[in-house]
Amino acid sequence: MASPVVDVQDLRTHIVTRWGTIKAVDGVSFSVAAGETLGLVGESGSGKSMTCLSLVRLVPRPAARIVGGRVLLDGEDLLAKSEDEMQQIRGRKVGMILQDPMSSLNPVFSVGMQLREPVAMYHHLRGRALTVRAAELLAAVRIPSPAARLRAFPHQLSGGMRQRVVGAMAIAAPPRLLIADEPTTSLDLTIQAQYLGLLKELQERHRLAMIFVTHDLGIVARICDRVAVMYGGRIVEIGPVRAIFKSPAHPYTRALLEAIPRLGARRERLTTIEGQPPDLAKLPAGCAFAPRCAHAVDRCRVEAPGDTMLGPGHATRCWLHVPA
Amino acid sequence: MAADPAGGTLTLPEAPTRPAAGARGRRLPLLPIGIIATFIVVAALAPLLSPASPYEQSLRHRFTPPAWEDGGAWAHPLGTDRLGRDMLARIMYGARVSLAAGVLTVLLASAFGAAVGLVAGYYGGRVDAVLMRMTDATMSFPVILLALILAVTVGPSFFNVVLAIAVILWARYARVIRGEVLTLMELDFIAQARIAGAGAGRIITRHLAPNTLNTLVVLVTLQIGYVIIVEASLSFLGAGIPPPTPAWGSMIAEGRDFVTSAWWVSLLPGLAILLVVLAFNLLGDWLRDTLDPKLRQL
Amino acid sequence: MIRFVCFRLLQSLIALAILSVVVFVLARATGDPLHMILPMSATEEDYANARQYLGLDRPYVEQYLTFVGRAATGDFGNSIRARRPVSEILRERLPNSLRLALFAMTVSLAMAFPLGVLAAVKKGTGLDRAAQVISVLGQSLPSFWVAIILVEFVAGRWQWLPAGGNEGFTSYILPGFTLGWFVVAGLMRLLRSGMLEVLDSEYVKLARLKGVAESRVVWMHALKNALIPVVTFAGIYFSILVTTAIVVETVFAWPGLGRLAYEGISSRDFPVIQAVVLTTAAIVTVVNLAVDLLYAVIDPRIRYAR
Repeated sequence: MASPVVDVQDLRTHIVTRWGTIKAVDGVSFSVAAGETLGLVGESGSGKSMTCLSLVRLVPRPAARIVGGRVLLDGEDLLAKSEDEMQQIRGRKVGMILQDPMSSLNPVFSVGMQLREPVAMYHHLRGRALTVRAAELLAAVRIPSPAARLRAFPHQLSGGMRQRVVGAMAIAAPPRLLIADEPTTSLDLTIQAQYLGLLKELQERHRLAMIFVTHDLGIVARICDRVAVMYGGRIVEIGPVRAIFKSPAHPYTRALLEAIPRLGARRERLTTIEGQPPDLAKLPAGCAFAPRCAHAVDRCRVEAPGDTMLGPGHATRCWLHVPA
Repeated sequence: MAADPAGGTLTLPEAPTRPAAGARGRRLPLLPIGIIATFIVVAALAPLLSPASPYEQSLRHRFTPPAWEDGGAWAHPLGTDRLGRDMLARIMYGARVSLAAGVLTVLLASAFGAAVGLVAGYYGGRVDAVLMRMTDATMSFPVILLALILAVTVGPSFFNVVLAIAVILWARYARVIRGEVLTLMELDFIAQARIAGAGAGRIITRHLAPNTLNTLVVLVTLQIGYVIIVEASLSFLGAGIPPPTPAWGSMIAEGRDFVTSAWWVSLLPGLAILLVVLAFNLLGDWLRDTLDPKLRQL
Repeated sequence: MIRFVCFRLLQSLIALAILSVVVFVLARATGDPLHMILPMSATEEDYANARQYLGLDRPYVEQYLTFVGRAATGDFGNSIRARRPVSEILRERLPNSLRLALFAMTVSLAMAFPLGVLAAVKKGTGLDRAAQVISVLGQSLPSFWVAIILVEFVAGRWQWLPAGGNEGFTSYILPGFTLGWFVVAGLMRLLRSGMLEVLDSEYVKLARLKGVAESRVVWMHALKNALIPVVTFAGIYFSILVTTAIVVETVFAWPGLGRLAYEGISSRDFPVIQAVVLTTAAIVTVVNLAVDLLYAVIDPRIRYAR
């Protein structure tokens, strides 16, 4: 199998606050190959976004710091690079789409200017050629009348269109890896479907490795090849989408899947997961999910479980699955 | 889930025991409060605390330096001025003028300005446009010019100073409060009040006004310092409180020609102004950081 | 955009018109100037003659219309005290004030911008704290007090710089500094807080994600947005500048408009008062108009909102 585009090994990011050190990313490992989509799922505060920011080393300084691990992009460790080198890599090798289209675009500059900027940087184009290329990018993300749209300002576009513009900027290079941090959460449902289709199309065209952060398992089922479930800054289960949906191993994953309301099922109440997300500054020794886990045993509270392979590419961190 | 910002303070949405970012100024700013309290006490109890009368002249003792200098005496701890009047006493009494002017002016201006802002923000449309035009026109009129004219027209007096400044100052409050109201109007609870049958008056007084209180408090505190400086400038130009009432500005003017020889006459009142205004500004900054951080541009 | 400009222009003209009425009324209200010019021994008849000569016995409305009509052509009548055309006096004094104001504004901006931006970028460092101290102090010091001290020590005792006068460039430094101090403090603080807020925004994050160089992120992407609140306040700061100019010009004996205002008001010289106030208001209005236009240039959302 070809080497993955991105290979994250034991990534750790801590945030120092006056109330304690938050272990936002606590030993996260995964890899994504070209043309493959990895879904990153979890509740708010589970560390999904922080992981993505850590990949490109844009964690909010000075409080947050990447304290350990390796991030290999096409074999090169990004965490060992200088800031200047990282600046060359951002956008060119790794593109990112953020969640809220309303605030992602600079309100005082035209769409054209914001699109021309990366294109000029990556492809060293100027003048006419630059504008043409920018318009092509807009066309690639299926924006009607692209040339005219270049002159528009963000506040004149709808949310869906803005998000497409952001998408165009992200694939301007085109990069090797595309990170999408809940790009459809703020969009209407109908637009959502279109946007997801667009992303898939772009991925195929450029053979992008894609990391898709979401809390919506339905989206995961639709566009992801593999999925990693995060909890308390750690990945608790990772594997092919099929396997995870069919036979989820970790109690948290199971609970997430059970929480999805199903039509036709004879149930009066929605299933929820008891308890609160953990305080990342005071993570318990042992498994982070133990306090809320219905199946926790003593060992879970004392010792943090390691990875247990369950099948090809399918792993989990849970004592219940460790052969005794 | 909110994406974490790549710069600046960090907020983790769901962590239960963590106060919101921006509560860094939790500790009370004791020094500014202490200074203000001291000046208030001094101003209020000046007749009791003052070592001498601020009006009593003594040509024999004119230009006595402060007690710690050569030629000074503890009878006049901060020295005397051109007419032999005790500096400490005059500064204490001057505090009455400055503080009273500051507080009164700001109260007047804020009351009127807030009212205008509330009305403009609530009704919107034509009313808003007209009121805002007036506000803008007022806001750009130079305060001292108006005060000077008034001083010459009606004669210099405490109330004229207060009036002159308040007449221009209200515009600032109107602008800011209107902005607040516009934001509040977007929120659902106003619509709900309307649905429940509340009329304009009730909505404005019961729902809008209390929510603008934070902003108002911050603005008021920050403006008192500014007003004190303006009042002092007017007294300096001779258009403020008329003599013989001691006012810090006129004291500075009197000592102007003797800055080299009798530096204390001009310097000390200036220091008093600096201390008071600084204290109010610092207090205002702290209030703003605690109550309403998004007002950072004030 | 054109509509916006025309609209604002019309508003400015209306504001000026209203102001002219106010000025007229106020000037008249300052009292009878004749007391100050006619000698003690003047008789009733002298007063009557003088009044007639100066046109002060006409009905108010007529006086107002004459005033406006003449003012529009730059004729403000004659100074009662100096017995010269006011426009002549204005022509002498106005440039001095403008030059000083321009100097003060330029220096203030040149200082406030880099300091404000850098204070935000290097938040928490020594530079930031120093900037904050300067900012708070600047807004707490009464300018006339600073002026006096500067005149006394810097100009008087140590003789480093002249206290006004016309010794070329150096004459501008002390009064300009005194005038601009407050503005520097205010602008710097505005810029700092504006930049802090903008640097936290999603679009700045996205710019970094695109690989844009940090200096460009700060000085282009962030600054343009942070300018918005600054520009909004620029108009106010300018009129504070005008206000402060009266005091500063008086202390430094600067032959400008501010001092003229003071002199005119003290001697109840109607034409002078009217002219000064109107000119000042006109200048402030023009500046505000320019500021509004600048605002529309920076923030495209304003242009299309009307």
